[in-house]
Amino acid sequence: MVDEATKRTLAKIPLLKTKAGPRDGELWVQRLKEEYMSLIKYVQNNKESDNDWFRLESNKEGTRWFGRCWYIHELLRYEFDVEFDIPVTYPTTAPEIALPELDGKTAKMYRGGKICLTDHFKPLWARNVSKFGIAHAMALGLGPWLAVEIPDLISKGVVTHKEKQAEGADN
Amino acid sequence: MSSASNVGFRLMALKRMGIVDNYEKIREYTVAVVGVGGVGSVTAEMLTRCGIGKLLLFDYDKVELANMNRLFYQPHQSGMSKVEAAEKTLKEINPDVEFEVYNYNITTMENFDHFMDRIKNGGMKENTPVELVLSCVDNFEARMAINTACNEIGQSWFESGVSENAVSGHIQFIIPGETSCFACAPPLVVATKTDERTLKREGVCAASLPTTMAVVAGFLVQNTLKYLLKFGEVSYYLGYNALQDFFPKYAMKPNPQCEDRFCCKQQISFKEREALKPKVEAVEEKEEEVVHDDNPFEIELVSEMTEEESKAAEGETPELTEGLRLAYTTPSQNTQEDASASIENTEKSIEELMKEMKGL
Repeated sequence: MVDEATKRTLAKIPLLKTKAGPRDGELWVQRLKEEYMSLIKYVQNNKESDNDWFRLESNKEGTRWFGRCWYIHELLRYEFDVEFDIPVTYPTTAPEIALPELDGKTAKMYRGGKICLTDHFKPLWARNVSKFGIAHAMALGLGPWLAVEIPDLISKGVVTHKEKQAEGADN
Repeated sequence: MSSASNVGFRLMALKRMGIVDNYEKIREYTVAVVGVGGVGSVTAEMLTRCGIGKLLLFDYDKVELANMNRLFYQPHQSGMSKVEAAEKTLKEINPDVEFEVYNYNITTMENFDHFMDRIKNGGMKENTPVELVLSCVDNFEARMAINTACNEIGQSWFESGVSENAVSGHIQFIIPGETSCFACAPPLVVATKTDERTLKREGVCAASLPTTMAVVAGFLVQNTLKYLLKFGEVSYYLGYNALQDFFPKYAMKPNPQCEDRFCCKQQISFKEREALKPKVEAVEEKEEEVVHDDNPFEIELVSEMTEEESKAAEGETPELTEGLRLAYTTPSQNTQEDASASIENTEKSIEELMKEMKGL
C-alpha cells in the first residue's frame, strides 16, 4: 500500500465533508471552501516539516487549477508547472494532475502530461470518496510520482537543471 | 455504382438469409462513439462499413506516431485531431454516413453540457436522441462522465475497455435503471490468472495490442448491430481473457444504493414501467442443476482478497461469475474510522481563502 511517511502526511490533512462537484451549485462553493482550507493546512504542514513542495491556485469557479511544484535533487531545485481540471464527476473521480512540460519525456504519463498514478491510488481514492480532496490527490498522487520519476529523468538527462543549462549557454 | 450500394450488397444478404428482418433500418440510426483511439476508431470504421446512418465522434486527442501499433490511423495523419482524421477516412470509405465530430474533453465543465445536449438531440432528425452511445475511452474519469450523462438522460450505452496489460477486455451494456450502471459497483476485471496487483509497471503506464483492441471493437459493434437491428441476444457483460481464451458472460442488476442519484431515479421509473406491462406467462425453461456429490480433490473456492481488504469491504458485494472479479472493494457507508480530522467550518469567504492560499 502506501509507505509510512505518506500515511503520516496524509493523516495530518483535514478530511472534507461536503460531497459536491462543480455541477452542484451552492454546494460546490461550500466544497471549494473546504478544498482551500484543506490545501492551506497541507501547505502549512509541509512548511513546518521543511518539505514545502508546491503552490496551487484556481480560477474563481474552482474548476481549473494551476501552479508550481518543485523537487530537490542533490541540492538543486527542479521546478515544474502543474495544472488540472476538476472533472464533472468530481469527487467520485480524482482530478488528473498534469505536468505539461514533461509531456512526451516519460512513458509514465498519459497524453497532455497527465501523470500515471499507481494501482493503489484509485482504490484508495474510491474508498475515501468525498472525504479526500485536492490536497490528498497531491500528497498521494503527485508527491510520490515526483519522488520516483524526477531522479530517474535527471539520471537519464531528460530533465536538466535550468540554472545549469543557463550556465552552459553562457560558456 | 455508388460505394454505398457496394457496401450494402453483402449486408443485405443477411436479410435474405433470415438473420436480420430489416437490415436497411441501419441507415436511420445514429451512434455516438466517445473516444476514437484503439477501440473507438475501429468501432467507427465497422459501423461506417455496415452503413450506419450517422456517427457522432468525441475525442480531444491528436494522432501520434506512438499510436501506430494500433489499427486505423496512418503515419501521415499524425498531428491531426483524431476526430478530424477519422471523419476524413470514414467519409472516403462510405460517403453516405453523416458525421458530427467534436474535438474536446467531455469531462470538463466547459464541454459536458454540450456533450449531453448532442446525446439528447444529435439523432438523424435534429432534436431526437442518438440510438446508442458507445464508450471507447481509456480512463475511469471519462467513463464516469458518460455514465453520469446517460443516467441523467436515460440513454442506453455500451461501456468497453481493454486492460492496461493488454491481455483482457470487456464490453458492458448499460440500460439506466434496468442494468447495473458504471457507478453501481467498482469496475469488473477479467481475471487472467496473472496477478494484476504485482503487475510490473516499471517505465510504462499501459501496454496495448491491436489484436485485443480489435476483438473488443468486434464484440462492441456485433452487440450494437444486434441491439439496433433486433436479432440474436445482446450481451450485458462479455469479457475476453486473451491468455486463456476465456469469455465470461454476466448480467448485473442495478444497485439500489447506487451513489449516482439519477441511477436510483431511473431504477424507480424502470420498476414503474415494468409494473404497467401486461403480465406475460413465463415459459419455464428447466435447467439441470449441477450437483457435486463428491469432491475427491477437496476443491474449495478461496477468496482472492486479502484480509485487510475483506475487512474494509462493504457487506454486499455482487456475486460474480467465474473469471471475473471487482477491481477493488469500497467500504460500506459510515463504518470507517478516520485517523485524520475533518475540516472545520469557517466564516471566511472563498475570496479570502484564495488570497490566504496565494499569500502562503
